[in-house]
Amino acid sequence: MRHFWRLSSIVAMVAAVALIVMAILVNTGVLNEYRWLRVLFGISALNFTLRATVPLVLGALSGILCERSGIINIGIEGMMLAGAFAAFVAKVATNEWPLAASLLFAVLIALLTGALMGWLHALLSIRFRMDQIISGTVLIILATGFSSYLFNRDAVAIGKFSAVRIPLLSQIPVVGEVLFFNPPITYLALILVVVVHVALFYTRWGLRTRAVGEHPRAADTVGINVNRYRYVNTSIGGMLAGLAGAFLVLEAVGQFQEGMTAGRGFISLAAMIFGNWNPFGALSASLLFGYTQALQNELLLAGINSFTLPGIGVINVPRQFISMIPYVVTIVAVSGLVGRVRPPAAEGKVYETEGH
Amino acid sequence: MNSHFLQRLSRTLLIPTLALVAALLLGAIVMLVFGDDPITAYWGLFSGAFGSARGWSSTIRKMTPLLLTGLAVAVPLHAGLLNIGASGQFLMGTITAVAVGIHFEGLPMVLHLPLALAAGILGGMLWGALPGLLKVTTGAHEVIVTIMLNYVAALFAGWTVYAGGTQGQTPGPLWDPTARAVSETPDVLESARLPLLIGPPYRIHWGILLALVVALLVWWLIYRTIIGFEIRTVGQNLKAARYAGMRVNWTIVLTMIIAGGLAGLAGAIETLGVNYKFAPEFTGSVGFDGITVALLGQTHPAGVTVAAFLLGALDAGGAKMQFDSGVSADIIQVIQALVLAFVAAPLLIRSLFRLRRADDTIDRAPTVSWGGS
Repeated sequence: MRHFWRLSSIVAMVAAVALIVMAILVNTGVLNEYRWLRVLFGISALNFTLRATVPLVLGALSGILCERSGIINIGIEGMMLAGAFAAFVAKVATNEWPLAASLLFAVLIALLTGALMGWLHALLSIRFRMDQIISGTVLIILATGFSSYLFNRDAVAIGKFSAVRIPLLSQIPVVGEVLFFNPPITYLALILVVVVHVALFYTRWGLRTRAVGEHPRAADTVGINVNRYRYVNTSIGGMLAGLAGAFLVLEAVGQFQEGMTAGRGFISLAAMIFGNWNPFGALSASLLFGYTQALQNELLLAGINSFTLPGIGVINVPRQFISMIPYVVTIVAVSGLVGRVRPPAAEGKVYETEGH
Repeated sequence: MNSHFLQRLSRTLLIPTLALVAALLLGAIVMLVFGDDPITAYWGLFSGAFGSARGWSSTIRKMTPLLLTGLAVAVPLHAGLLNIGASGQFLMGTITAVAVGIHFEGLPMVLHLPLALAAGILGGMLWGALPGLLKVTTGAHEVIVTIMLNYVAALFAGWTVYAGGTQGQTPGPLWDPTARAVSETPDVLESARLPLLIGPPYRIHWGILLALVVALLVWWLIYRTIIGFEIRTVGQNLKAARYAGMRVNWTIVLTMIIAGGLAGLAGAIETLGVNYKFAPEFTGSVGFDGITVALLGQTHPAGVTVAAFLLGALDAGGAKMQFDSGVSADIIQVIQALVLAFVAAPLLIRSLFRLRRADDTIDRAPTVSWGGS
């Protein structure tokens, strides 16, 4: 198992290096005349990848925090949608404020809403012992229902986060343009990957969280309040999903659309599993899924819909099939890897202290 | 009917009934908070569903696909599987049924209609088999796979009626060229349509009888056959099922095939009985609502039938409610989520209504963890 992970991280490193080299070659003009290479490695594909990755990695981190403490979180999609809607409402309500203040306020409200959703999930599954997968489904239906019931279709949010250039670093060719010239939530998401990794593996809180998710009875025996850890982690997880929602409204689109999360919450779940419940694994998986979305987008933009297969001839691929790529890749990824990954042992089980 | 039976019945009905009451009450509070009038809204809802011949027929029409998608979720729940893919299976059933329904001109109805229905069932079965097969061969969790397949099915269905692009992209195979730029199929031929059971003003088609018969068959399958026994054993104790020598993997795949067939039939009935054609905007949320129906009905076919009737009534009354009271019909979705929340957490209901904890077995959890089989 360990062998497998070492091998796959080597593969991932090689792929990343190859990608960077290709990107530099294509975007500095050496290989720029090949349309296919532009689609695969152009600046716009890379930028799109990063933009598509942000909500996925935030969702996956949300899942990691919940599940490492033993609570299955299938409701990320609902938390994300609730966060997006809350961010939109808060932004519209404060349109008159200075832009930065209004945006920050909207992010704050999205975080709070996400935390509330997370807390609700914990409440339903811990206090009321609801099946955690059902409870997650409830969150999704609740968020969908509430956001369409309350959505005022005439409301318009004015302004969104714009890209911030990081001095010096952004002047690195290609890499600087892709990584160091982004809006704030994108930077925040990347920083959060590191933060969650450190918190989970190098702090007392992280050790206890993992203990609660692996062997709650043992954790309880040494005096850790199992359910309190679960409540706190699920609420923080909710915040991260809420932040993903805020990203969609305040940074990517600028407005709210009904059902705008469009399955991202579920793809983040797959990214979490694919990344073996590790923050950096989740980031790699999110980048992979983000790249498939970018590829889909670039292919459609470039109007490429026929492929010449040697010996078979020209095959016309309708755009709907190209749009299937991210979903199909997700299925292939979870099919190929489950069994090689291991979820936290106590996941999904209600914990009751003895003597109750 | 002895008193033991009645006692059990009342215990089974207690939680769903209270869940419905609690959801309606909480829904009323939500409406009050956001400045809507719950009394006019609920009156509109009620009269819209039951106040007229049109209302009744609309309730029964909406109930039909919900009953089948509810069963499509309920059957896998007996095996401990959560089928969130009913909407994809529903769509695939719709597409295959339409494909048969618009072709084969001149075929008599006795052949054409069953053929179209069978095509729908088959389409759904294929889409249901996929997550089952992936689960037993690779361990991929059915929740993620079925959700991803929902998106794939929606894109696939969209492609079949794609009107073609401006840059010479070929239109989809089921697209109706006379519809010009509109994405829809031609009308299903007369010989493949479900005839009306009760004519105007009711317009109730044969689908409801078909669905009720299927519900009866599902009951028989689950509680009276060996396959049903295996399904329930796999759901209650996977290890015991293995030790007893049951073919666990086969049971899981078969359960998902049955579920897909049920949802596919729902799609076929909806197209052959109501819409007579497919257009992407007909899709609706019947598939997802199946989860609520299945849990509200406590996964028992009789309960699922009652739950489908209630949710069908909610759907049918929604339009009149919006018209009468100005409350957005989207509140129905909120109420449905609340029903689901309450019914899935009997403890929540008990604490809300201050009931003593009864010794029933209903609040068992159907599924756990991503581990796979």
